Amino acid sequence: MIKVKINGQEQSWDGDPDLPLLWFLRDEAGLTGTKYGCGQALCGACTVIVDKEAVRACITSVNDVAGREVTTIEGLHPNGDHPVQKAWRQVNVPQCGFCQAGQIMQAAALLMDNPKPSHDQIREAMSGNICRCGCYQRIENAVHLASTGV
Amino acid sequence: MNFIDNPRKLRGFEKHVRVEKVSRRSILKGLGITGGFVLAAPVMSRQALAYETGAGKMPHGVVVDPRVFVSIAPDGIVTIVGHRSEMGTGVRTSLPLIVAEEMEADWSRVKVQQAHGDEVKFGNQDTDGSRSTRHYLMPMRQIGAAARTMLEQAAAKRWGVPATEVKAVNHEVVHGASGRKLGFGELAMDAAKESVPAIEGLKLKDPKDFRYLTKGQIGIVDLHDITTGKARYGADVRLPGMKYAVIARPPVTGGKLVSFDPEAALKVPGVEKVMKVQGWPWPSKFQPLGGVAVIARNTGAAIKGRDALKLTWDDGANAKYDSVAYRKELEEASRKPGLVVRQEGDVDAALKGADKVIVGEYYIPHLAHVSMEPPVAVADVKGDKAEIWAPVQSPGGTRDDVAKTLGIPEGNVTVNVTLLGGGFGRKSKCDYALEAALLSKELGAPVKVQWTREDDIRNGFLHTVSAERIEAGLDKNGKVIAWRHRSVAPSIVSTFAAGTVHQAPFEIGMGLADMPFEIANISCENPEAAAHTRIGWFRSVSNIPRAFAVQSMVGEIAQATGRDQKDMLLELIGSPRIVKPNVKDLWNYGEPQDSYPIDTARLRKVVELVAEKGEWGRQVPKGHGLGIAVHRSFVSYIATIVEVAVDDKGKLTVPRVDTAIDCGTYVNPERIASQIEGAAIMGLSLAKYGEISFKDGKVQQKNFDDFQVVRIDEAPVVTNVYIVPPGPDTPPSGVGEPGVPPFAPALINAIFAATGKRIRSLPIGKQLEA
Repeated sequence: MIKVKINGQEQSWDGDPDLPLLWFLRDEAGLTGTKYGCGQALCGACTVIVDKEAVRACITSVNDVAGREVTTIEGLHPNGDHPVQKAWRQVNVPQCGFCQAGQIMQAAALLMDNPKPSHDQIREAMSGNICRCGCYQRIENAVHLASTGV
Repeated sequence: MNFIDNPRKLRGFEKHVRVEKVSRRSILKGLGITGGFVLAAPVMSRQALAYETGAGKMPHGVVVDPRVFVSIAPDGIVTIVGHRSEMGTGVRTSLPLIVAEEMEADWSRVKVQQAHGDEVKFGNQDTDGSRSTRHYLMPMRQIGAAARTMLEQAAAKRWGVPATEVKAVNHEVVHGASGRKLGFGELAMDAAKESVPAIEGLKLKDPKDFRYLTKGQIGIVDLHDITTGKARYGADVRLPGMKYAVIARPPVTGGKLVSFDPEAALKVPGVEKVMKVQGWPWPSKFQPLGGVAVIARNTGAAIKGRDALKLTWDDGANAKYDSVAYRKELEEASRKPGLVVRQEGDVDAALKGADKVIVGEYYIPHLAHVSMEPPVAVADVKGDKAEIWAPVQSPGGTRDDVAKTLGIPEGNVTVNVTLLGGGFGRKSKCDYALEAALLSKELGAPVKVQWTREDDIRNGFLHTVSAERIEAGLDKNGKVIAWRHRSVAPSIVSTFAAGTVHQAPFEIGMGLADMPFEIANISCENPEAAAHTRIGWFRSVSNIPRAFAVQSMVGEIAQATGRDQKDMLLELIGSPRIVKPNVKDLWNYGEPQDSYPIDTARLRKVVELVAEKGEWGRQVPKGHGLGIAVHRSFVSYIATIVEVAVDDKGKLTVPRVDTAIDCGTYVNPERIASQIEGAAIMGLSLAKYGEISFKDGKVQQKNFDDFQVVRIDEAPVVTNVYIVPPGPDTPPSGVGEPGVPPFAPALINAIFAATGKRIRSLPIGKQLEA
């Protein structure tokens, strides 16, 4: 039996310990905010925060996060008002929106690590997250806004 | 030859002519509203537009009826139905916003309800072809105006005053003389008893009184849900008892399963069953390819189970499809005469007599859509009833296809439309929903079929592959006097009809036969090309290769004659006029020529606007270059300037993009800007990396590592968007697709300006590294 804390709640899993965290979250725990985009850690749609680090849930097994604390988009802020989420809305970032949970989690992890990232640091930190609609200009502006308040 | 005049009929080559009676009960049921705005008047005429569009010719046409689209609850909440699919364009916001504008509803008290697939009730729902605003701006205004009129009439009766003395203002009706006011909620029941006014007599708002339309900065209705993980896409649907399925499909188009061994798959923890999936012979429109499904308690187990399957395939007739050899075939065909689709003057004679002939041969390979949400669908089939939850661009077509595939009446099929995690044309084809329906029927349980990214890349409906050859003849003054364009590419129709070797009019009309330049001798030809995989609509469709070829050739002519690119472009466009190509039944995106002519004044205008705002001719640093391109598509006009920087190792960056768009009358400029910003990214992606290739009949790419798309660290630093203000009666035109085609040629022209290297084959790949 693997125990893992997800968004502050203890969850347990007695199935395949190698099951990717992504599918545990989506299909077993019902937390569908975290998305499948590639399964190979190439697109970042499944990004969650484990302890304080951004992690790709598609190549992380449930076993890998045993005893650790996982935060998904649903648990980032109780009212959805994390500075990154607010900035995302202010800048009208999303088009289809499918990649945005991963983008937001990546941006939130970046700001925990580096509260005032530069243009190049934002681009580097966010480069693992693909947006096929092409919202990149706004993503960069929103991360900048979340970090500076302007 | 297999010419089809209306590509929407390609849905199944069947006729969409019947109009069933819509009962009031079904309307109420559909809206799910009680105690609301229930109207009892005769159904209004199905179409009456101030300007003519092709909307009425779409399957099931247009429904202009407030009873179908609007309901008002006693608490004043107005619910407006969005009947098109939301894949990122903002249409689920824009169309209801138009209704709210006209009915004077307060947007903060409006809820949007997604329509299920029912075209008899809602009118055509095919969300493609950059058509939603173009076809529905006026009908949505009329629906809103009708609802407003009914509310005003109800208030006037309540007060015993003439209707002319009352006016709806911001969610209430006001009697100016007495200062009395009634909220929409208070009037809902009475308004429901009013008859629906005739469209002809409706008074539309004066655009100067618009509160929302054209003003910009309206956030999309799903914004909060998207940023909090609550937004529900197809992949997010979960039903009690639902099984998770992943399917192994034939690796070669037209291939068939010979045998399979499920033993190892069944040993994977969580795997419950392995079963065959029915397949159809190629080509068969959107019918499933067949294969073997692994059914499991979660998607991860199903994927692991599929990896463990032992499969033997018969690869069939396309087993030798090889992109290197096929490219040679296409290019050879482009060097010989082909089916002439447009002819003006005498091109042969003019080319022979020309002082100089410039020849450009251009190539663009297959492309995959790779929407971030790969195809996925949930089906629950019980007896002769089926319910589907899926991200589909064609809810009506999906309903139709599910009914036919299962052999049940269309009325027994419910298609619930979720948000689409991107579409780009891929989700116009509902094969994944059909797979889910077949599996659910056999299992007797709800099933989710999840395509992996590898499935999406290897088993999709690809953008065509194309060789484009242009010969331009110049006289001794450098004036272009002859233009011969041969375009060779397998047609989308090949996915519907075996033996198709020519492009259909709707493809020929995308940048080939509608070429707008003022040249005396023109020939446009379409030599034969047979398909060896499934070809489908991809955002902007044939406009991508055509704009790439035509606008690159403009750059080449400018280069050969020492002219400025922008001046050359304007000279070729020529005088402001309506272009009437000598083409029988020229495809015009389904729109009448009277409302949507090829207007070179508008084409010139976007070039001039982008040149001015984008500071064409500005000094740029060493290693940088500017390129320009213009293209009319989806009856909109778009010009783009790209500034590129190429370093000494051949690494390419894009510091700035400027785009001017004339899309006629528009709704939400904020979303127009987002579409154009995104189009620049998609254009840059296909130019830098876009290539799906085949060897031994199989796609050689598999995921985002070998089918790359642009990431944030290589995105343009800034994309500026300029929207041409519409004239008072300019009909609306497309936005979702037209931004893509001019990007690649503007980039290629910029690369030439920066480096002196002319790229004629996409993707750019390592060509600049040499």
